Formats: sequence, C-alpha cells, structure tokens
Amino acid sequence: MRSTWRNHGAAIYAACALAFLHAPLAILILFSFNASRFTVWEGFSLRWYRVALEDPQLAEGLLNSLVIAGVSGVLSTVIGTLAAYAMWRRGARVLSGMLYLSLVTPEIVTGVSLLALFEGAFRFLQLRLGLHTVIIAHVAFSIAYVTIVISARLRSYDRTLEEAAMDLGASEWGAFARVTLPNLAPGIAAAGLLALVVSFDDYVITSLVAGVDSQTLPMVIYAMARRGVSPVVNAVSAFIVVAFGVVILLSERLQRR
Amino acid sequence: MNLRSAFLLPARVWSAVFLATPLAIVCAYSLLTRGDYGGVERPWTPENYTRLLDPLYLGILWRSLWMAGLATAVCAVAGFPLALFIARAGRRRNLLLQLVLLPFWTSFLVRTYAWLFILRDTGLVNTALLRLGVIRSPLPLLYNEGAVLLGLVYNFLPFFVLPLYATLERLDPALPEAAADLGATPLRTLRRVILPLAAPGIAAGCVLVFIPCLGAYLTPDLLGGGKTVMLGNLIQNQFTTARDWPFGSAASLVLMLVSAAPLWFLLRREAR
Repeated sequence: MRSTWRNHGAAIYAACALAFLHAPLAILILFSFNASRFTVWEGFSLRWYRVALEDPQLAEGLLNSLVIAGVSGVLSTVIGTLAAYAMWRRGARVLSGMLYLSLVTPEIVTGVSLLALFEGAFRFLQLRLGLHTVIIAHVAFSIAYVTIVISARLRSYDRTLEEAAMDLGASEWGAFARVTLPNLAPGIAAAGLLALVVSFDDYVITSLVAGVDSQTLPMVIYAMARRGVSPVVNAVSAFIVVAFGVVILLSERLQRR
Repeated sequence: MNLRSAFLLPARVWSAVFLATPLAIVCAYSLLTRGDYGGVERPWTPENYTRLLDPLYLGILWRSLWMAGLATAVCAVAGFPLALFIARAGRRRNLLLQLVLLPFWTSFLVRTYAWLFILRDTGLVNTALLRLGVIRSPLPLLYNEGAVLLGLVYNFLPFFVLPLYATLERLDPALPEAAADLGATPLRTLRRVILPLAAPGIAAGCVLVFIPCLGAYLTPDLLGGGKTVMLGNLIQNQFTTARDWPFGSAASLVLMLVSAAPLWFLLRREAR
C-alpha cells in the first residue's frame, strides 16, 4: 500500500515537472489566438497573425533569417561532413580540439571575439557588418554540431565497405562518393536541419555581428519583447515553435534511419 | 595532397580564421589599453585584470557564480526525481523523454519570452490576480534575481535530466531490490545505493547546467531587465555601449577560465 502511494507521488511529481516545462509555451500559443490586446481571454481570433504578416520589419527579419540559415546551413553541412569523414579515417587532434572548444565557449564570448576580428579586419578592408558577417559567424559555430551528428553516424558505419569498393577498383574519391556518401545521406540531411535550426535561433552572437540592415527575426522579436506587450510577438513565437518542432522531428526521423 | 587532407582543409581554415584567431585577438586585447575613440592602443598592461578585482566587478562575478550555482542546485533537486521516474517508467520511457526534450527544441528566445509574458505587470499572473481582486497593484514578479533564476532553471533543466537519465537507465534494478530485501528503507536505498551509482550522471548534469548558466546573457537581460547583471551582460556592455574592448576582453577570458574549471574537473573524473 505504502509503495503504491509512493508510486503515485512520483507520478504526480513527474506530471507537475512536465507541466512546468510545457505550460509557459502552451499559454504563449493560446494567447496568440486571443482577440484582446490584453492578457484577458476575449475569444478566438487570428487578428495578431494578420498583423504579424503585414509587419514589414518582421517580414524583413524572417527573410534575413532564412537567407542566413540557408546559406550557413549548406556551408557548415558541407564543411562539417567533409571534416567528420576525414577525422573518421584518421583523427585530427587540433581540429577536434578547436571544435570542442567552440562548443564550450560561452556564446557571448564567441560573439565579441568575432566582432573584434571583423572590426579589426575592416580597418584594412572596405567592408561593414552585414549579412555576410552573420553567415560567417553562424558557419563557425555550426560546424561542430554537424561534425558531431555525422561522426555519430560514421561510428556505426562498416569500414570494410570502402575497402571492398577499392578492392573492386574504385578510387579513394570514388569509394567516398559512390559508397560512403549515399550511406551517410540521412545523417547529412539531419545535420543540415540541425544547423538550420541552430542558426535560425541564435540571438546573442547574431546581435553582435549583424549590421543595421541585417536584422534577423530573433532580433526583431527581441526588440518587440523589450518594447512591451504585443500579442504579435505571441503569434510569431507560436509560428516559430511549430516550425522548429516540424524541422526537429524530421531531423530525428532521419537520424534514426 | 591526399583526399583526407583536402577534406579537412575547409574546416581547418574556417576554424583557424573564425574561431582561433578571434580568441587570440581577445587574449591580446585583454592586455592592451583602451583607445580614445573606443579602439585599442598600446602600452601592454595587466590593468584590465586588476580592474576586475574592483568590488563592483567582483560583485558581478560573484553574482554569476551564485546564480549559476543556485540554478544548478535547483535543477538537480527538481530533475533527479523526474529522471528517476522516467528511467523506471518501462515502456513509456521514450515518450516521457520526448516530452522533456520537446520544449527544449524550441527557440531559446521564445522560451525566455514566454516567462516575460507570464510574469510582467500586465502579464498573465498579475492580470489574473488583479481581476480576482487578490491584489490591488501588480506584484513585481519580473526584473529581479528570482525571475532570472526561474528562467535559467526553465531553460536548462533538460540539460540535467538527460545525462542523469542515461546513467539511471543503465542502473541494474536488481541492486535497489537487493538493498530493500536486506532491510534498507527506501530513503537509505536511495542514499547508499542509487545516489552513489548515479553520481557520474549527476556530475555531468551539473556541469552541463552550470556552464551555460554562468555565461548566460539573454535570460538575465530579458528577465532581469538590466538589474541582475551577470558576466555575460558585463561583457556585452563593454563591447557595445561602453566600448572598452580591453576590459571586455579580460572579462571574457575570466569567464572562459571559470567555465573551463568544472569541465576539466569532470573530464579528469571520467578519465579515472
């Protein structure tokens, strides 16, 4: 009897903890459908979604974020995949050390150090902060994520497959391109989607290396959130929650294949 | 050049130019002097580091350590029973684990904004309490250390639950059963059998929560409203508004060193 009570207690606690994790987001999404401007439920409405869709700043931020996530996602996926494959063949201590360091470096430090680099370089080059600097920064921190996902996949990959291909006359490149690469494809897609999300989500590093004309969606949301109450932010947040959920689910599916 | 070196080249170049060089620049800047127009100048000086010993900045360092430590402790106390429950949930394990991870997979900014929405003067809690007539004026729920702590715990709790779950899952269920058969009370079983076996998971979880909390910028900024200044906010401020890059660089390096300490401890522990 006592043991059942204990089990019930544990289950109730777990339910409360999970509610704590989910309730804030659920409330946020619920109130994005509120007809009222205030935090009082006055009925269902898509009003704030319409306002969000018509907001030029949000549209520009979304476009910038998509461009940055797309370009940096492709670049970091290519660079990270090649590096992971090369390190699987034989380790590269300095590079993997660098990548681990980039994972544990606090975001704010990554951001200011890149800002220092860019501003230093701009004294010699006629350039300014903009989309390109954000893309460079995002590639820099995404390579480590991509490499980790691809390396995990390579760990269960059979080395003898490549050896067999080469015994049958394939070149080094041929064995990689025709045998290993197709096997890695789901992992590469998963890593790419992860890089996309990590890039799209970043605020701290982006805000430091973005120029005035390259505001991203998180930067616009941040500015709106600071200004005060607006259910528009809820609507955009709800959109992001759902979009991220879909991409991550897709990525996990692919990783399991 | 063989295929392997060719494949490594882009990653090597990118991380050398955009990861190693920026950190080297910050190291150098931290020993230079602030220029008249916000740039950096010679002479070389250790002054930026000695300035960090000023009570004002020591206070910020101390607050960062305190907030990160407190958030880690709360995550540990709140996360342990949750991880234990999930590890013993049998077939529903994966579902429960996904439920823990799901909010973690949404935007960090959105998760933090959710608390802003709930806690502010015109937010959910205050509006509800005002309407119910419980209070006459809004409670100051936001822009204090409590709000920052809540935000940190909320954002990083999954970081504690995940590694601990991985450890508890591998724990042989026969061991706690044996302890119970031998007459140990549940509390004693927990203390003498489960906790020692779960120690690596607890240590990993603590480090994974502590490090990002220590360098947190967004959470103290949004939920602390500039009143709860942590190291991350100090660094950001020095590089933007204050434009004292040498001092900001010194603070960055101190943050990195203090973050590395628990990680180094953990890796050494695992190596043993």
